[in-house]
Amino acid sequence: MITTRSLTKRYGTVTAVSSVDIDVREGDRYGLLGPNGSGKTTLVRMLLGLVFATSGEIEVMGSRIPRHANRVLRDVGALVESPAAYPNLSGRANLKLLDAAGPRGDRRTRRRRIDGALEQAGLAGIDRRPVKNYSLGMRQRLGLAAALVRRPRLLILDEPGNGLDPHGIRDTRQLLLDLNQSGVTIFLSSHLLAEVEQQCTRIGILDQGRLVLQEELGTLRAPTGRVLVDSADAGRVAGLLDGAVEQRDGTRLVVRHPDAAALNERLVREGVRVSSIAPQIRTLEEVVLEVTGAGNDQVGGPVRGAGDPAVQGSRP
Amino acid sequence: MMAVELYKLFTRARTWISVVLICGLPLLVAVFVAVTHLAPPPGQGSAFLSAVLSDGKLYPAAALALVLPIFLPVSVAVVAGDSIAGEAANGTLRYLLVRPVGRTRLLVSKLFAITTFVLFAVLAVTVTSYLIGVFLLGPGAPAAVAQPGGAGTGPGGIVSGGAPTAGVQAGSSITSLSGAPLTLLQLMERVTWAVAFITVSMLGVAAIALFLSTVADSALGAAIGALAVLVASEVLVTLNSASVIQPYLPTRYWLAWIDFFRQPIFWRDIQRGFAIQAVYVAVFLAAAWANLATKDVTT
Repeated sequence: MITTRSLTKRYGTVTAVSSVDIDVREGDRYGLLGPNGSGKTTLVRMLLGLVFATSGEIEVMGSRIPRHANRVLRDVGALVESPAAYPNLSGRANLKLLDAAGPRGDRRTRRRRIDGALEQAGLAGIDRRPVKNYSLGMRQRLGLAAALVRRPRLLILDEPGNGLDPHGIRDTRQLLLDLNQSGVTIFLSSHLLAEVEQQCTRIGILDQGRLVLQEELGTLRAPTGRVLVDSADAGRVAGLLDGAVEQRDGTRLVVRHPDAAALNERLVREGVRVSSIAPQIRTLEEVVLEVTGAGNDQVGGPVRGAGDPAVQGSRP
Repeated sequence: MMAVELYKLFTRARTWISVVLICGLPLLVAVFVAVTHLAPPPGQGSAFLSAVLSDGKLYPAAALALVLPIFLPVSVAVVAGDSIAGEAANGTLRYLLVRPVGRTRLLVSKLFAITTFVLFAVLAVTVTSYLIGVFLLGPGAPAAVAQPGGAGTGPGGIVSGGAPTAGVQAGSSITSLSGAPLTLLQLMERVTWAVAFITVSMLGVAAIALFLSTVADSALGAAIGALAVLVASEVLVTLNSASVIQPYLPTRYWLAWIDFFRQPIFWRDIQRGFAIQAVYVAVFLAAAWANLATKDVTT
């Protein structure tokens, strides 16, 4: 659905996006992760033909962007950074206006499509209030509704969870899941790891303009071949399993071992008190922290891994 | 898309407020003139104002001369300066572009809306000031008609062949700037020409503001930039040592439409005015298009 080849964008001397090769397949729920300033928004804008690449190629649904943007974007719903609307008009009037402004905005079905999109976005009870009186969450929902009015085949959403309360986030997640199940490919960017972890099937991680990782979430979260052990007799464990213990922090140990159950059995047989034992599975947070530096909102040098034992422990 | 732009234009309070203000200034002036019967002497003050006491039907011309130097260009610069920069600042520009609305199409629609606004504003002034003139100053008001009446009624019979009803001939002949009378039909024809000329002049302003609107991030900046160009032009127009460039200044022939009210029409400056505005419109629209079409939209 989306393919980029050596996609690069420079603003003067600053390289915002550097030689990125993204590959989003049909039916994916693709999450683009990265700290602030890593180039997510620039990348999204390039995919939508808003920003022109310095070099490299973009293909969306088989057609080149920006050359064929006007044809391709008919089938794309987008949320770029924050939602925007004409503040003096009602939400419904905004959707009507936007629908009338471009292709695929059939006037006969407009009302039905807008009602459907508002319902999907949780704004079915919307009244004639102008958008300037909307809360942040309502604006976000309206932006989502605007992206859905023409039943797109591809949704490109930049930070869709922004400004939403926990209910809104849950509703949006469910909505995207439903849409995905009905065949819509979803590409979303976010710095909210938990969001991406819960709703994406595939992730790409952007750091300082580079795509440092692109993988199925399932593969990333496969067991690491290590076992986390919490034991009051940590010293004895270290003695028993000398060489296999990669890290020790008080009562907690990281042990290189393929099978937690077998290890448990052995430790118990040796009379070691084990209060918890489990195979190590990296959280997405660990994966991200491992492959990225600090965001550019942190002033000072990049602090890689930031001394988090879990992160260090999971480093191969 | 054009309908969408018109809808946005006419659902904004700003549009109506500026039109009301543009029409309000001539009303204010008319009230003062009608109450005091003190118009500036001929050759002084705003154009035509000395003549309106004798005939309210000339008031549209006087009103256009009143709003032309400031009110009209300011409102045009604000609307045109807002067109792209305002969408950008509001964040809606990116949503229009990904809708998708092609950049060229967006610019053409904006231009269409601006042209509509200019025409709407100019026509609003013309129509309301005609009504104001007739009702407040009278179609040949009894007190004021005496002095220039001789010029108006005397040769009136000569040129009034076009007037359909003989009974209103005397009443409907209006003194032109050159002293020769005009029939109501001629007056309407010339007012139409003047409206066209002023509209084209304002499109020159609009083109400059539209170009700046594609460059600037703020609508206010674009509008003020366009006005700065006009002010600079006005300064240079009066400066003798700048006479080399004066024929090319945007405001040089702004007042040439007054020549439509001479008998016969004095075409030279009018033609130059049309030509220079056409050049400004073409150049700045091309620049606006070139800039918008290649611009990274990061707002």
